[in-house]
Amino acid sequence: MSSILIIVFSLVSIATLLSTIRIISGPTIPDRAVGLDTATTITTAMIVLFAQIFHRAIYLDIALVYAILAFLGVIAIARYLEGGM
Amino acid sequence: MLWYEIIGIIMIIIGAVFLFLGALGVIRMPDVYNRMQAGTKATTLGALSVIMGVGIYHPAWIFKTGIISLFILLTNPVSSNALARAAHNAGIPLYEETVIDKYAEDKGKTRAEEEKENG
Repeated sequence: MSSILIIVFSLVSIATLLSTIRIISGPTIPDRAVGLDTATTITTAMIVLFAQIFHRAIYLDIALVYAILAFLGVIAIARYLEGGM
Repeated sequence: MLWYEIIGIIMIIIGAVFLFLGALGVIRMPDVYNRMQAGTKATTLGALSVIMGVGIYHPAWIFKTGIISLFILLTNPVSSNALARAAHNAGIPLYEETVIDKYAEDKGKTRAEEEKENG
């Protein structure tokens, strides 16, 4: 189980790194917003994987709060880009 | 190892592969909208599979993981829709090999209809 979790966590970490590269090098601002959206969704799954690794159920609450705040942040960025703010 | 633990591990592996492929699509695709397509759909499926896999592995956690996955399933298309509309309204150009742009046609048609109604 631990070796499988190491492989899974490597894949998810590389995915976060790829979306971070898109956040840094995106030509336009919506590109960076798309990279941020992808990175936050991957990070939510990664926090649930932390709960699996450390056997702590409290990390699931952290994942839920992180998902809510990431959704609000992406919606705020989208409204700002559209000119509604 | 119990049977539901095996199912949970398989779902976690499938979800991690989908998360990796979604992030690879965000790097690889040529356009904002193609990147959004790869980075939202594949990532939603991957996150759902990972979270429900953890919930199946620990049956006592299935309620909280169900709430998290339901929230992701409801809010991820909303945020991607808002981002796509904002990018289109901000004038981000499409990829040059794009065949059709229904949203621009729709906006142009509504503008023409408004002009016709106003005389």
